[in-house]
Amino acid sequence: MHPIIKLVAQRLTLGILLLFAASILIFAGTTMLPGDVAQQILGQGATPVSLANLREELGLNTPPVTRYFNWLGGVLQGDLGTALTNGRDIADSIGGRLKNTMFLAFWAAAISVPLAIFLGLLAVRYKDRWPDKLISGVTLTTISIPEFMIGYILVYWLAIKWRLFPSVAIMNDSMSLGEKLNAIAIPVMVLTLVVLAHMMRMTRAAILNVMQSAYIETAELKGLRMLTVIRKHAFPNAVAPIVNVVMINMAYLVVGVVVVEVVFAYPGMGQYLVDHVAKRDVPVVQACGLIFAAVYIGLNLIADIVSIVTNPRLRHPK
Amino acid sequence: MSEPLLKVRGLKIGATIYPPGEKSRHIDIVHGVDFDLEAGKVLGLIGESGAGKSTIGLAAMAYGRGGVELTGGEVWVNGRDVLQSNMPDKRRLRGAEVTYVSQSAAASFNPAKRIMEQVTEAAIGQGKFSKSDAEARAIALFDKLGLPDPENIGSRYPHQVSGGQLQRCMTALALCPQPDLVVFDEPTTALDVTTQIDVLVAIKNAIRDTGVAALYITHDLAVVAQVSDHIMVLQQGAMVEYGTTDQIINNPREEYTQALVSVRSIKHIEKAPTDTPLLRVEGITARYKGTDFDVLKNINVDIHPGQTLAVVGESGSGKSTLARVITGLLPPSAGEITFDGRTLTPDLATRPLDDLRELQMIYQMADTAMNPRQTVGTIIGRPLEFYFGLKGKAKQKRIQELLDEIELGDGFQDRYPAELSGGQKQRVCIARALAAKPKLIICDEVTSALDPLVADGILKLLLKLQKVEDVSYLFITHDLATVKAIADSIAVMFQGEVVRYGPKSQVLAPPFDDYTDLLLSSVPEMRLGWLEETIANRKMESAGN
Repeated sequence: MHPIIKLVAQRLTLGILLLFAASILIFAGTTMLPGDVAQQILGQGATPVSLANLREELGLNTPPVTRYFNWLGGVLQGDLGTALTNGRDIADSIGGRLKNTMFLAFWAAAISVPLAIFLGLLAVRYKDRWPDKLISGVTLTTISIPEFMIGYILVYWLAIKWRLFPSVAIMNDSMSLGEKLNAIAIPVMVLTLVVLAHMMRMTRAAILNVMQSAYIETAELKGLRMLTVIRKHAFPNAVAPIVNVVMINMAYLVVGVVVVEVVFAYPGMGQYLVDHVAKRDVPVVQACGLIFAAVYIGLNLIADIVSIVTNPRLRHPK
Repeated sequence: MSEPLLKVRGLKIGATIYPPGEKSRHIDIVHGVDFDLEAGKVLGLIGESGAGKSTIGLAAMAYGRGGVELTGGEVWVNGRDVLQSNMPDKRRLRGAEVTYVSQSAAASFNPAKRIMEQVTEAAIGQGKFSKSDAEARAIALFDKLGLPDPENIGSRYPHQVSGGQLQRCMTALALCPQPDLVVFDEPTTALDVTTQIDVLVAIKNAIRDTGVAALYITHDLAVVAQVSDHIMVLQQGAMVEYGTTDQIINNPREEYTQALVSVRSIKHIEKAPTDTPLLRVEGITARYKGTDFDVLKNINVDIHPGQTLAVVGESGSGKSTLARVITGLLPPSAGEITFDGRTLTPDLATRPLDDLRELQMIYQMADTAMNPRQTVGTIIGRPLEFYFGLKGKAKQKRIQELLDEIELGDGFQDRYPAELSGGQKQRVCIARALAAKPKLIICDEVTSALDPLVADGILKLLLKLQKVEDVSYLFITHDLATVKAIADSIAVMFQGEVVRYGPKSQVLAPPFDDYTDLLLSSVPEMRLGWLEETIANRKMESAGN
């Protein structure tokens, strides 16, 4: 068998195992949470009998292991259970929210990833000169400011002072793509500014590392232009570390946008999760946790596979 | 006389260095060098490391490596002073008129691109040839350079061909754009001696057939004698002597050149084997974890007290693995090692302290074998504390004794490795090994990274110490001149086996087996016409093909 297929298969298997491990952790963690859902739903005035009944109804009296496997069995069939608080199907409620989060993450990634790599290349080209310092300075500043702060600053200028974009990212299905993009413009900018520095600096460092190689000198001695040297000879060999950091940031865009979603009242996964944590709605928290874990593991798996596939020694064995 | 292809006048090259903790300062690397090179001729640049050879070679491309600055003088290529050119003109010079072959082709090829793309890149990028013409040229060059399957080798990736083949691909890369001048920078130094000779022939033929001029940079006078018309000897950035190859080799005028020509002046009279060897290696077979072949196959050798066994062979022949087995780093799958009358356990971890102490090692790269953050005194003092529990004054005294023994004077105790020269570093490593009062020191290519004159000094020191301390050496090397200089007995290794073993006088005397013949005959000799003669008389093809 081709070694690449073997390696990729190994990684996939490992990813699936990891996901199972994550599901156990999520389940165990949420089961151990203090507080009683039945009490929460019925309030302080509930009688012991009604509490016991509700617990029975919700299946809270069966042993945790049985509950775990019931839950896992459901998840594997696409059934994430029903929310305790409003009795709605979780998969249905999450569907739209996940789509919104992905929509936001997609546009943030579509802008930030190429921009970060381009700025990284530019910083390498003008290493230690003013463009490099400017790029590093600005991106480090934006990463150092808390994202809600950036959010409020942008809202103040773009939404309130200049009235270019709305300050609240309200979404619904009847909006056209243009309207949706207009709605999420400021959140996308905030996310871009937050993830840019990390990716840009990694691109810069990875390429500078490759630039020390003898084959870069060979390329220079062929009389190639500096940008051609960077693009054709340095970049392909720096892809693996760059993809790694890009994927971690993309995972952050999906998983870590809670604050931004709350600031902009954006109807995404993050806000949904925060709402239901507050209400002790364990099945929803579990479902969100599992989806986040899947996204995280999936993206890192892609990074792993990309670095395997871009390694010529693995792709073309002797 | 017409204008020469390359005319260098008063070339001055410097660099700004940034020593840690000190102010940056400017140093001169080359102090005003003049020479001419006619079209189609080969000039050999020779000198030790730090002589400025590569720096001068790259100056012909108006290029300064790293922080190197071309500070003064003129470099005329095809009637233009390239140091005064603007950047686009410099780019047109590089890769079109002057090209470069580096020492390590393995590092100089981009691992992510196919060979053909890299070989033709300059020819196409400089607009000298169309893609199809450039590829046809490349294939013709692959063929001329004796590469197997010239039609298809270009579609491979660099890691898919051998080191010797890659070095030839690098030559093809340099010749493909049809340059007027090629700078060969130690093109065969990193290769095994049996591979070097083939690459040397390929390069020589390619130069002759294409009529290109060449600057051939090397520290090996015997190699440069085979390929160049003229030789320029450099020392510390200045020219020592310039002349025809014949004159430099046969009638060197300057003292420094004479030293280079007559290097390896050591005379060592071989000692007869004793009845009780210090170390006996019996039937050792070994393989690395996760592999399915034996790197060592049934090895049997003896080392006698106060004597030197030289293990010689190409890279991959199992020399260093043998050292790993003896030191216990790699437990063998079969066989036994007896040391000073007792059997050594296969694994390092189970050996008593005395076994560890009496068996020391010195490595090729003195740089990486020392902790850069420790002073020489700490480095040498460590085994004194560890094995003998020496402290305070007694330790200081012993350290100074050891430093005296390795011929480094006062004031070295407080220095850091970075403040030492290559030869001095290796001496400190020797002192560290000696500090343990070993009976056997394994020397793994200890002189390979050093310049010939410095290496000579190290070998003399080792021989002197052997006499004084009565220590035995297992001397691993690929360099036959070194072997001749210091060995009492020799083991020739080839693909994991000892193919020839015995006292030096026997091993180096005919009749030879095929491999030993190939190995011995491949060592360049310092006379004109050696290359052609040797190729005509060979019994066996080298393994590098």
